[in-house]
Amino acid sequence: MSQTRIEIRLAGSGGQGLITAGIILAEAAIFDNKNVVQSQSYGPEARGGASRAEIIIADGPIFFPKATWVDIFLAMSQKACDQYSFDIKTGGVFIVDTTYVRQIPTSSAMAIPITSATRDKFGTELFSNIVALGIICETCGVVSAKALRAAISNRVPDGTEKINLQAFNFGQGLAKETIKNNNGVEAEVIEADT
Amino acid sequence: MNKKSSYQLMQGNEAAAEGALAAGVSFFAGYPITPSTEIAEILADRLPANGGKFIQMEDEIGSIAAIIGASIGGCKALTATSGPGFSLMQENLGFACLAEIPLVIVNVMRGGPSTGMPTSPSQGDVMQARWGTHGDHPIIVLTPSSVEEAFHYTVKAVNFAEKYRNPVIVLMDEVIGHMRARVSLPPESMVERVNRVQPNMPPEWYLPYERSATGVAPMASFGDGYRYHVTGLVHDAKGFPTANPNESRDNIRGLFTKIERGFRELCIVDYEQMDDAEHAIVAYGCMVLSARSALEQLRSSGRKVGLIKLGTLWPFPRFALEHYLPQLKTILVPELNMGQIYREVLRVNAGKAVIEKLNRVNGTIITPNEIVKTVKGMTR
Repeated sequence: MSQTRIEIRLAGSGGQGLITAGIILAEAAIFDNKNVVQSQSYGPEARGGASRAEIIIADGPIFFPKATWVDIFLAMSQKACDQYSFDIKTGGVFIVDTTYVRQIPTSSAMAIPITSATRDKFGTELFSNIVALGIICETCGVVSAKALRAAISNRVPDGTEKINLQAFNFGQGLAKETIKNNNGVEAEVIEADT
Repeated sequence: MNKKSSYQLMQGNEAAAEGALAAGVSFFAGYPITPSTEIAEILADRLPANGGKFIQMEDEIGSIAAIIGASIGGCKALTATSGPGFSLMQENLGFACLAEIPLVIVNVMRGGPSTGMPTSPSQGDVMQARWGTHGDHPIIVLTPSSVEEAFHYTVKAVNFAEKYRNPVIVLMDEVIGHMRARVSLPPESMVERVNRVQPNMPPEWYLPYERSATGVAPMASFGDGYRYHVTGLVHDAKGFPTANPNESRDNIRGLFTKIERGFRELCIVDYEQMDDAEHAIVAYGCMVLSARSALEQLRSSGRKVGLIKLGTLWPFPRFALEHYLPQLKTILVPELNMGQIYREVLRVNAGKAVIEKLNRVNGTIITPNEIVKTVKGMTR
C-alpha cells in the first residue's frame, strides 16, 4: 500500500468499553485531520462475549476497513489475546491487560494491569477503556493527546468528562512508568510503513 | 464538536438515519433488530424532536403496516430491519407493490437463514429483496458501499419511492451499517427532495390508479378530501377489485411499465479503472471495499483490472455489463452469499466472458488478498 496505514485493534470481552474506546480513537484521528475507518465485531451477547474494535488511520483513502496486519494491539482478555494476536506486525506495539491476560505470547508485549490499576485508583473498573487510551496515546503517539482529550469529552456521558480525562491522564502515567521501568517494549512513535 | 472541520465520524446506520431525515421522512415504525437497531434508535430521538412520528411496533408485520398507513396519509415513511424482520414484512411489501404505496425499507443484512448470525455481515438477502413477496412485481433495491453512500442512497430511496409510487429497499450489509468513517455530509438545503405528485382535479373526478403520461398515477393523501379505495386485490383505475382480463393486465403491466421507463435513472453504477480493463470485478456493498484494495494491488502488478460497482441491484443494471463485455476476458463476482448476483452476471454475459464467483458465508468479509489471488489465477 502506497500511503501510511496504521491498523489498531482493541480486543476483549463485551462490556469493557472497547468499541467506545475505538470510536473515541477514530474521532480523535479526525480531529488530527487524518482519514479513519472504525469497524467492530462482537457476539450476540450484550455482556461477556468476544468484542473487538478495529481502527484504520491513514493520510490518504482507506479501502479495506478491517485490520489485516496490525500495528497496535490491545488485549484485555486472555481469549482475545489468544485469538487475535496472530497478525501483529513485527515490531508492532502489543499491550496486554495483565488483570485478565495470564499467558502472554511474547516477551515484547507491554504488560500493564490496566483494569486492576483502574479499580485501585478510581474504585471502579468503569474507566479501564479510557485508561487504555491513555496508554496507547503515550506509547504510540498515533493520535495526539489533545485530539484524544477532545474526543473523550465529546463521546463520554455528560457530567463524566472530568473523571474520564483523569482516567486518560492516569493511563498516560501508567505507560510512562512502565516504559521507565523498562518493563516492556521501548516507547517509540510508529513510523510510516512506506 | 470540532468546529474547524466539516468532517465528522459517522456510522453507516447513523448516515442512513440522517439521510431519511434529510429526504423528508416524517414517520418511522419499526421493531429493533441487530444490525439495524441504531437507525431506529436515532430516529426515535430525532423524529419527534423535528415534528415527526416514531412508533415502536409489536413486530415487523405491524411495522410495515404502519408505514403503509402513514404513507397513504401523506407522510414519507421508512422502516429499518434485518433478515428475520424482512421476512415478516414480505406479505405487506407485496401489498405496497400492488397498491403502489411509496415507502422505504432499510434491510441491514446479517448472516442467515433464520436467526442466523445476528452480528455478522452477509449479502444473503439479494434475491429475497427481489422476489421475497409473491407474484410478478418490480422492485427497486439500492445498496450503499460506504458510510457516505448510506446517506445518499437513503435519500435516493425516499425520492425514488415518491417518484415511482413504489416500495424501495436499501440493502445494506452489517459492515457498512456498523462501520464508522470520516464523512462530510451536504447541508440539508443541498439535498434533493422529490415529492409524490398529488391530484389537481376536483375530488369527484379523481381516479387513484389512472396513470399519467409518466406511467405513475397522482396520489392523494387520505384526509385531503379525495375518497378512494385501496386494496390488495388486482384493481381497476378506481381502485376497486376487478376480474376483467384487460383491466387486470393493465394493472400488473402498469407496475412494470413505470419502472421500465425509469430504468436508466434507477440504475446507479460506478466504474473505476474500466477504460482499458480486460478483467473486471463486479461488486456491491462491503465487497466494493475489498475489491478497491485488490484493484490497487492488481494494477500495480500490471494487470488491466477494473471495478464495476453496483449501487442498484434491482432493476439489475444490465447495460453496465453489456457496455464493457466486448473488451472483457474475465469477470469476478465476490459476494458474501453463495452467488446471487453472480447468476445475474452470468445471465447478462450470455457466454461472452469467463465469469467466476468468490463466495464466503462464514460471517467474515472476503479480504483483498483473496480477490487478488483469484483474479491472478483467472488472468494467468
